[in-house]
This record gives sequence, C-alpha cells and structure tokens, in this order.
Amino acid sequence: MNTSKIHHTKLPRLAALLAVGVASLGLAGCDDTGGDPRVQIGANPVLPAIQQYLLPPIRIAPPVPWGNDTPKVSQGLQIHALAKGFEHPRSLYVLPNGDVLVIESNGPKAPVFRPKDLITGVVQGLAGAKAKDANRITLLRDSKGDGVPELRTVFLDHLNSPFGVALIGHYLYVANTDAIVRYPYEDGQTSITDKGTKLTELPGGPIDHHWTKALLASPDGSKLYVGVGSNSNVAENGMEAERERAAIWEVDVATGAHRVYASGVRNPTGMQWQPETGKLWAIANERDEIGPDLVPDYLTSVRDGGFYGWPYSYYGQHLDPRVMPQRPDLVSKAIKPDYALSSHVAPLGLAMYTASALPAQYKDGAFVSEHGSWDRTPLNGYKVVFVPFSGGTPSGPAEDVVAGFLDQNSHARGRPVGLAVDRTGALLIADDVGNTVWRVSSAAASSTSRQGS
Amino acid sequence: MKHITLTATNFRPVDGPRSDNLAGIKPIHRILAPFPVAYFAAALATDLAYWRTAEVMWERFSVWLIAGGLVMSALVALAAMSDLAFGKQRPAWVRALGYTVAVLLSLLNVFVHSRDGYTAVVPTGLTLSVIVVVILLVYSVTAGWTLTYRRGERQ
Repeated sequence: MNTSKIHHTKLPRLAALLAVGVASLGLAGCDDTGGDPRVQIGANPVLPAIQQYLLPPIRIAPPVPWGNDTPKVSQGLQIHALAKGFEHPRSLYVLPNGDVLVIESNGPKAPVFRPKDLITGVVQGLAGAKAKDANRITLLRDSKGDGVPELRTVFLDHLNSPFGVALIGHYLYVANTDAIVRYPYEDGQTSITDKGTKLTELPGGPIDHHWTKALLASPDGSKLYVGVGSNSNVAENGMEAERERAAIWEVDVATGAHRVYASGVRNPTGMQWQPETGKLWAIANERDEIGPDLVPDYLTSVRDGGFYGWPYSYYGQHLDPRVMPQRPDLVSKAIKPDYALSSHVAPLGLAMYTASALPAQYKDGAFVSEHGSWDRTPLNGYKVVFVPFSGGTPSGPAEDVVAGFLDQNSHARGRPVGLAVDRTGALLIADDVGNTVWRVSSAAASSTSRQGS
Repeated sequence: MKHITLTATNFRPVDGPRSDNLAGIKPIHRILAPFPVAYFAAALATDLAYWRTAEVMWERFSVWLIAGGLVMSALVALAAMSDLAFGKQRPAWVRALGYTVAVLLSLLNVFVHSRDGYTAVVPTGLTLSVIVVVILLVYSVTAGWTLTYRRGERQ
C-alpha cells in the first residue's frame, strides 16, 4: 500500500531530475574569465548569474621575494618596511604607548573530508599560504616615531592560531582560534609571561575552516565583539558544524557570557567603530565556486540581530541553490550589505582613519586590505584600498592606495593582511607572504625624518 | 540456435578455466573488472540517500566511492593492456568502449561531486551515477566481466 504510493510519486520525480541533470551538464564549460571589478564596487554591485563548475578555477599568484623593492603608494604618500623577517604576520595592534604588536599566526591543519581537500592543501602550499606559523606576538617599539623601531621582542608566545587582540584597561585580550584569553598588562611592558585566563571558548576545531577570530572592544570596555567565520564555503560540512559560526559574537567582558550579535556573515575578518556614528562596521569574505564575479566581498554596518544571508542567500536575498534544506524564513530577513568591494578580493584588514597625519582626503574613511583572490581570472585584490566616508556612510568608489604586491608576471611579492594606525597616524600593513610590516606615511610630513634610510 | 548464443556469452565464465588452460594464460583484468562496478553502484546508492536526506555524510561516501572506483578502473586498464600485450587476447571493442565510457563519465562525476553543497549531487551527480551504473550493468550481465576475447575465439 505504502510502497506503491511511493513508487507512483518518486519515480517520475527521479526521471525529471535526471532530465535536468543531463541538461545542466551542457552548462559546465562556460567562459569563466571575470569582468571589470569596478562594476562590483559600491552600494549596488552588478551580480551575474550563478555558474557551477566541473573543475573550479584555481588561479594563484606564486610567491617571489621583494628584494629591495616595496609596494607602490598613491601620490602624497610614502612607504617603507617598519620591520622584516616575520613568520606569517597576520594582524597588527597598536598599544596606547605606541608599541606595535605583530601577530604571527597561521591556521590549524585542515582535516581531509573529501578528495578535493587533498588538492586544496597542495594549492595553498603553492600560494605560500601554508607557511609555518610562529603562534606568537612580536612587539616593535619606535619611540621616536620615525618608522625605525629600536626594540623588537617576543611579546607573547605559544599561542594557538591567534588573530584578534584588544586592550581594555590593564588587560590584554587575545583571540586564539579556540578561545579568548586575558593577560594582565602594564604600560610599557615588553613581554608577557603570565599564563593568561580563559574568558570564553570560541568555535575551533576539528574543522575550523575559517580560523581567524577578529576582536574589537566596545568604547566603554564592557563588551568584546568577535568575528567568527563559517566552517565551510557554503555549509558543505553540514549546518551542525556551523553552530554560532558565520557570526559576530558579543562577549561580556566581566562574565565571558556571549550572544550572537549578528549572523549570516560568512567570514567577518575585521571590525571597527565608525568614528562619526559610533556604529559597528565589518568586512566580510563571501563564498566561492559560483563564478569569478560571485559573490562580492563587502564592507557593511552591522545591525544588532541582523542576518546577512549566509549560507542560504547572498548579497541580500539571492538564493544559493547549493544549500539544502533552504530557509525562506531567514532569507526573507536577509540584509543587503552596504558596500561591495568586488568578488574574491579577500578583505582581511580594516582601519577607520581618524588621525590627521595622512593627506586630508583620508580623514574619516576606511582602509581595507585585500589579501587577493586564488580562484579568479584575472586576479583581483592584492592591494590596500581606501573607501571614502561622509556622514558615516561610504561616499564614493574605493581607490587603490597601496598596490604593487603583484609583479609584472603576476607573482605575489606580498599579500596585505592586517591593518593598524600607529601613534603618529601612519598606516601599518602586515604582509604575510613578504613577512614584512609596511608603514605608509605622508610624503610631505616625514620626508625629513626618513632621509638617509 | 538460441542454445548456441547462450553458450557463447553467459556461460563463458563457467567454462572459462578450461578454455584458459587451452589458451595458456588467464586474462588478469577479468579479476579486477568487477571492482569499479561495485564502487560506482555503491556511489549510486549513497547518492540516492543524499538526495533524500541532504545528509553530508552520504555525499562524502559518494565522492570517495567514485574516486576509489576510478583508481580501480586505472588498474583494470593496466591489466587489460597487459592481457592484450602478453595474454594472447584481442580487444572486444563494444564492451571495452562501453566500459570506457562509463569510467569517463565517472571521471566527470567525481568533479561534479567535488562541488560544495547539494548541487554536488542533485541533479547532475545523481544523473551521472545512474547512467554509469546502467552502462556497467548491461556490460557485466552480457559480457561476463571481460573486455577482451581470446585470440582465435569466435565473437
């Protein structure tokens, strides 16, 4: 009785499915060169139709050394290496006394679930992304503010894939990939030997696909905001692996209790307070394998309780057919991000600029570092851009500020990651392929102090 | 008439050893040929399970099974070449072609199955799995697991 019913309904469904399956094979070999990224920058990016691949494109930039060369900066700026010889520097933090913390870190070893994961490992190795990680924080002190540090010490060692750092009063909070740890800190301290106290656990292994945990303290020091990336490209490891991931957490500093402040953000890798409005802004890395121009990575204000689509939809309410079961209830609430940065640029650093040492046009805007694409032809990103703001929202197209990370053969001499603004108002850039921290300052202001270097 | 046809096809594996003794060498690839069929058929089963449940475990089973079937297919190809070169065998073109098409479709299929999420299987991956298994079933039922003839054997 029951079985006959099943046969009646399911066999035609299977037949229909097979017909669609055969038809969709014909779509496999489309042209996969990406278009002009400029049409995907700003509030209303052009979004092409989804493409699915037989062989997903892989286009990496093999690493080559900088030698004596440096990245290229826009007019009115100059750049030099603040320090070299790091081991995979991923993020930066400037302490109140001007000391610069360089977080040297890389992700934990990824598990192999499918044959594809073996290939991914090889590709990451070729792109220089599998470099040994030091799991430590190095301190640089440049008391004169001339861009030549006179002290370099190991500040904090034996960490577990650290990324975010935040100082609240006399406590330094370090976001390892699996926990936020609190260390007592006194002004001027050059190393920490304290074992630290765990404030709260964060979603870590065994998969830990997006391992970086960005960290930002609230202005009053009562809360920490944590960027917790997804555990997959598009939920292919199952939704149970995504519990409280693809989210920005709000952690209570006093108790360690947390709540999900915003969700559906695939990989929030940097957060900042917008200086004029005091609102939380974040950069996010969007999904792969549906085309060279999908999905644009973005910069957005983050609303309390907001849902930003992942994995069910992208850029607002565009459905992603790879997710089953779908959640129309969530998709109907999905918020369209404020500002697209174009596809696969991989924004990994955000700095809202409130100082005045750089030329006036950079005041109150956002610097975003674009680590660069690995699955798009032509390459996209590999630069630091500036997004102008006016009245607390982006007010124009992003412009390139620091470029030249790729040489003329499309080899990567460096890849920009974490950003920070130092005490003098210069922009610092961590470069995890060049293993350098770059310092961008105003060409006019510091031309005297840099003479002879 | 009908009796003779059956002897020439379905019963060959049964009287195989005797005729192989006469030929001198047994075709090695015939031992290996069933393995890819088993792998790809199992992948169809796990594909159907994934289609119905959307449970990622089944999709992972499928992609490993197809990959395993492809590795075994490579061994079958090596063994078949060895049989042709040293085993006094000549190609059975129709069966060998059918088997090869099934393996090539499985190669496409392992790429489709390497996509992320539901569209790694539904609908294209599942479709390919069905086609592959149908081809291989026809082959294995009619050809007795062999891709070659003994030289001098009547087709």
